[in-house]
Amino acid sequence: MKCEFADSLLQGYFDGELSDRRAAEFERHLHHCGYCAAELVDLDLVSAMLRLTPLYQPAPVSLRRKIDAYLRPIEPIAAASQPLLWHWLAAAAALFLIAIVLWRVSPELGGDDYQAELAGEIVEAHLRSLQPGHMAGIASNDEGVVKEWFDDKLKFAFPVHDFAKAGFVLNGGRLDVIEGRSVAVLAYEHNGRQINVFIWPTREPDTSPRVGSRQGFQWVDWRKDKMEFCAVSDADGVDLEQLHQLIISSV
Amino acid sequence: MSELELEDRARFEQLVLPHVDAAFNLARWLLRGRADAEDVAQEALLRACRFFRGFHGGDARAWLLQIVRNTCYTWLEKNRPMELSMEFDEEIHVQTCATPETLAIAGDDRERLTLALESLPPRFREVLVLRELEGCSYKEIAAITSIPIGTVMSSLSRARRQLYSALANSASKGAVREV
Repeated sequence: MKCEFADSLLQGYFDGELSDRRAAEFERHLHHCGYCAAELVDLDLVSAMLRLTPLYQPAPVSLRRKIDAYLRPIEPIAAASQPLLWHWLAAAAALFLIAIVLWRVSPELGGDDYQAELAGEIVEAHLRSLQPGHMAGIASNDEGVVKEWFDDKLKFAFPVHDFAKAGFVLNGGRLDVIEGRSVAVLAYEHNGRQINVFIWPTREPDTSPRVGSRQGFQWVDWRKDKMEFCAVSDADGVDLEQLHQLIISSV
Repeated sequence: MSELELEDRARFEQLVLPHVDAAFNLARWLLRGRADAEDVAQEALLRACRFFRGFHGGDARAWLLQIVRNTCYTWLEKNRPMELSMEFDEEIHVQTCATPETLAIAGDDRERLTLALESLPPRFREVLVLRELEGCSYKEIAAITSIPIGTVMSSLSRARRQLYSALANSASKGAVREV
């Protein structure tokens, strides 16, 4: 019969991850558990095969070259031709635009460490939502259906809108838990990227949006009408800002 | 155009680039192919570069591998959703590419192990690769995969058992063939 420790302590013992005390305890268990004793031998067999067989696949040189080329772009040649000038102008215009957006989005610098833990939890929740099979919620593009689904489950209400015309398709909603309280999550898709908007009630006054990034994900957070919103995605910050605009102007 | 300042670039090269092999290896095993792995690892590395400012010290390998893993899953979801949807079915432990027969026929140990490993669901494959090939601790695996340590242990356990039975299966078929 399978031992209850087979999926936990046995692995930890085999991998040398138990504290000395727990390892000693488990050794006493091993003396009279035939199942674990036999499993230990099999574990060693599998592990040895994996380690002794050259399975590790180092990166090809071409990948390293591409990364290097990205990190150390070749400087443009001095004799700039006409089209190059255009590129520079376009780039300057783009930078200017981004600067305006960023300036508008983050008028209050210094609030950078904004609830670092909260942002962390939200990014974790966003990551969980990207795991296949996680979507335990409602999958629908219909604002009404999604709203009704939430109304049955939450004590607070908030507007649900699909912004498909602007390129932000409502995919559905689900519930999550952040800092021990239930929050609503609206899932949007934009250019193939998933954006989650976390929503929960707050007593704090309205704020302008604050932005940040964590583990490669961007977030934008704001409060409006006693609700706090936090949009998270690996999409560009500019996209999140656009979604923020859509949401606040739709209320 | 690189978006990193000179100083950041030096730090990136010093902290992150030593783990390019780890990044490629993980992508290779998650996607089961070198060409796809190269594309996705590249995308992940560029993303790491873009968001490098968000890295506040700590374990650079775990940080990078977390990005690689997420990029791989996003890619799988988009390109091979079937592969991900099958994974929770414990019974389907040998996918089409690695039946006991193909495993038995596979020439050497390396080929046999590769096929057996690739037959595991991605979720099991990744913990084995991180533990056995990359030598990560449970804590690092938990950080990379965003799953609790208890789940790391149980996934490793199930992954090892599945791999063992896939190999044992193929070995017995092989023995029959030799008779």
